[in-house]
Amino acid sequence: MKLKTIFTLVAIALILAAISIEVGQLSYSWLPPQASVESELVDDLFSFLVTLGTFILLGVTGTITYSVLFHRAGRYDVSDGPHIEGNVTLEVVWTAVPFLLVVWIAVYSYQTYMKMSIRGPMAMANMPEAIRPAYGEPLDGAVEPMTDIEVEAKQWAWIFRYPTKNITSTELHLPVDRRAHLVMRSPDVIHGFYIPAFRVKQDIIPHQSMDFEFTPIRTGKYRLRDSEYSGTYFAAMEADVVVESMEDYQKWLADAATREPSVAPNRAVTEYALREERDDKAAWATVVPAPAPIVNYHP
Amino acid sequence: MTQTASPNPQTEAHAHEQPLSWRRYFSFSTDHKVIGIQYIVTAFFFYLVAGILAMIMRGELITPEPDLVDRTVYNALFTMHGTIMLFGWMFPVLVGFSNYLAPIMIGARDMAFPRLNAAAFWMVPVFGTLFILSFLVPGGPAQAGWWSYPPVSIQNPSGQWLNGEFLWLLAVALSGISSIMGGVNFVTTIARMRCPGMGWFKMPAFVWTVFAAQIIQLFGLPALTAGAIMLLCDLTFGTTFFDPAQGGDPVLFQHFFWFYSHPAVYVMILPVFGIFSEIFPVYARKPLFGYKVVAVSSLIITALSAVVWVHHMFASGTPDWLRVLFMFSTMLISVPTGIKVFAWVGTIWGGKLRLDTPMLFALGGLINFVFSGITGIMLSSVPVDIHVNNTYFVVGHFHYVIYGAIVFGLFAGVYHWFPKMTGRMYYEGLGKLHFWLTFIGTTLNFLPMHPLGLMGMPRRVASYDPEFAFWNVIASVGAFLLGVSTVPFLLNMISSWISGKEAPNNPWRAIGLEWLLTSPPDVENFEELPIVISEPYGYGKSEPLTENMG
Repeated sequence: MKLKTIFTLVAIALILAAISIEVGQLSYSWLPPQASVESELVDDLFSFLVTLGTFILLGVTGTITYSVLFHRAGRYDVSDGPHIEGNVTLEVVWTAVPFLLVVWIAVYSYQTYMKMSIRGPMAMANMPEAIRPAYGEPLDGAVEPMTDIEVEAKQWAWIFRYPTKNITSTELHLPVDRRAHLVMRSPDVIHGFYIPAFRVKQDIIPHQSMDFEFTPIRTGKYRLRDSEYSGTYFAAMEADVVVESMEDYQKWLADAATREPSVAPNRAVTEYALREERDDKAAWATVVPAPAPIVNYHP
Repeated sequence: MTQTASPNPQTEAHAHEQPLSWRRYFSFSTDHKVIGIQYIVTAFFFYLVAGILAMIMRGELITPEPDLVDRTVYNALFTMHGTIMLFGWMFPVLVGFSNYLAPIMIGARDMAFPRLNAAAFWMVPVFGTLFILSFLVPGGPAQAGWWSYPPVSIQNPSGQWLNGEFLWLLAVALSGISSIMGGVNFVTTIARMRCPGMGWFKMPAFVWTVFAAQIIQLFGLPALTAGAIMLLCDLTFGTTFFDPAQGGDPVLFQHFFWFYSHPAVYVMILPVFGIFSEIFPVYARKPLFGYKVVAVSSLIITALSAVVWVHHMFASGTPDWLRVLFMFSTMLISVPTGIKVFAWVGTIWGGKLRLDTPMLFALGGLINFVFSGITGIMLSSVPVDIHVNNTYFVVGHFHYVIYGAIVFGLFAGVYHWFPKMTGRMYYEGLGKLHFWLTFIGTTLNFLPMHPLGLMGMPRRVASYDPEFAFWNVIASVGAFLLGVSTVPFLLNMISSWISGKEAPNNPWRAIGLEWLLTSPPDVENFEELPIVISEPYGYGKSEPLTENMG
C-alpha cells in the first residue's frame, strides 16, 4: 500500500472514531433517567456498544456510498469490472477482527452482568474483587437489611405487600439507596416486572417464587409495566413506583398501616365493566379480570 | 456425487402439461417452476392480508388510548399479523424462490420428489385459509401472539372447543409438516441431482444458502411442530405438559418454541443472503468476493443457529450460566454474517455499478441488514437485553431484519428474475418508484421503534403512556406509506406480465445456468444436461460456463 493510501485511511478512521464517540455520549440521552445502580452499569455498556456500532455502520455504509457515487458504469460501457476473486489477507482480517470484537463485547457484558448481580448476591461469593456486585450503599453493619416486599402480579393488577407491617398497596414504595429485595408471584399467567428507569426486568413464572433485587438511587416517581404479554388488558397493567428518602418511606409505611383496606381503582375492571354494559359486539372473548384489589394504600 | 445424464424419471409426470397455459398455475402441477411461482404468488396474497392487519394496528397506535378497536381485537391483530407474515408469507415465498431457482442453478430437470413438492405447496392455501377462517369462529382468532406462550394460550376464554387458538395450532402444525416435506426435498435435490461438473464449489452461492437453510428446517421444525401438538393437547384434551397450575412447565414450551423459531430467522435470511450474493456480482460486473468463504459461512451459520435459542429467554428466569453461554454463542453469529457483508462490499468496490431496481433493493437491503446486525449485537448482550427485551427496541430490530433486509432482498429477487420467470420485462420507472417509497416507508416505520424501546415502551400493547406518542405517530405514517408502496409494485407486476416488452434470454448479461435457458424456460429446463466447466462468477474473464450450452 502506498503511504498516501495509508494516511488517508488513518485520517478517515480517526474522523469516524470521533463521530462514533460523540454518538456514544449522545446515547445516554435516549434512555430514561438513571434511577438505579443497575441503570448506570447498563447505560455505560449500551453507550460502548453504540460507539462501536456507529463506527461499523458508518464504515460500511460510507464504503457502499462511495462505490455508488464513484464506481458507476458509464452509460454505454458494457465491459466487466476487474476479475478479482478475493484476497486472503483481507478475508483473514475481516474474520479475525470481528471475532476479537465479539470477545471484547462478551467480556465487558459479562463483567457488567456480574456487577448487576440481579439474581441475588449469594452466587457472587467467590467472584474476584474486580467484579464484585455494586451496591448503592456500603454494607456497614448500621444499615438494616432491606425487608422483602412481596409482589403479586395477576390478570390485571399489581399488588405489593410489606410483610413486616402487613400492609398492601397498589403503588410500590421503595427507600432510596437501599437494595430492594422482591419476592414475586403470579397465580395465573406469566407476567414481566419491568421498570424502565431501573433497567431491570424479570418474568414471573406462575406458581413459582421469583427473587429479584436492585438498588434505586434517585428519588421520584417511575412507571412499572408488565413486560410479558398476559392477555386482554396486558397494556393496562401498569403501576407507579415511588422512590423516597428513608424518613418519607417510614412515614408512608406508618400512614398506610393506619388505613382501612379499600377497593383500589383498576383499569382492567373498569374497562371490562364498560364493555359488558355496552354489550360490545366488536369485541372477542376475554378472560374476566380479577376483582379490583382491596388494599391499605392506593393512589 | 453428481449424476450423469440419466433418463429423467419425471418426464412422465410432466407429459400432460401444456407448457405455456395459465391454467397450470391452478393445477396440481409437478413442475418445480410452476410450483415456485404458485408459492410466490400465494405468499404475496398473504403478505397483503397480514399487511392490512398491520396497518389497522398502526391506526390504533397513532393515539395512546385504545380507541380504534377493542383490546381483544388488537391482540388478535398482532397475533395474526405475525403468524400470517411468517407462515403465510416469509416461508412460502422463500421456498418459492428456492423451488424455482435451485434445480435450474444445479442443472437439474426438476426437484428430487416432484409430487411431494406439489403436495407441500398445496398445504399452504389450506393452512393459510385456516388462519383466515379463524376470524369467524366464536370468540375470535388466537390472541396469544405468534409465540403463543402458555398459560395465556391455553386459557381459552370462549369456552368452545372450536376456538381461534385451536385452529391456529392446527394450522401451525400443518405448516410445519409442509416445510419438513420441503426440507427433505431440497436437501436431497441439492445433494444428489447436480449436473455433470457441478461440484460443491461450482454451485452458485444461492444454492449453498438454500441447502444451509433447509438443513435447519430438518432439525428445527420437529421441535416446534411437536411443541404445537403438545400445546394443542393441553388446550383441547386436558393434558398438562405446560400448565403450571397442574404441575406442567410453561418455560418448557418456550424452549420448544425458540429451539426452532430463532433458527427460523436464518431459514428466512439465508436464501436472501444468497439472493444478495447473486445480484451484487451481476450489477457490479465483478465476481463474488471470496466466494468459497461466503459459501461455507452459510453452513457455519446453520451450525451456530442451533445453539442460540435461549437468548429469547434471558428474562424468563434463566440461570446465569445459560445466559452467559447463549450470549456468547449469539454474538459469534456476527462473525460468519460479517464475512458475508464484507464480501458483498468487496464485490461492489471498484466494480462497474448499474443501479437497476434489483440492485437498488439489494443495496438498500444490505444497509438495513448492517443496521439490524448492530442492534442485534446490542440485544445479545445480557445486561442491555434485560432492559430492552420485550420492548419496541426488539420490534424495531426484527422488522429491520425481516422487512428491511429479507423483504428488500425478496423484491430484489422478484425484479431480477421476473424476466426469466415470465418472459417479460418490468417497467424500470415503476420499479424505482417502488424502491424509494419502500425505503422511506421502512425507515419511518421501523427506525422510531428503537427510541421507543429504549424509553421503555413494551411491545404488544394496545394502549401506551402519552410520553411515547411522538414516535408512534411517525411509525404509523411510515406503515401507511409502506401500504401505498405496494401499489406501484402490483401495477408493475400485473401490467408487465400481461403486456410488458418481451424479455431476451439474458437481459442482465448475467452468468448462471438459468440465463442460458429461454425466458421462460421449457418444462424440462435442459434438453441435454449441461456439463459445467467454470466457477459460478466468471465476470471479467469471458470464459464459457458450460461445455455444451451457449
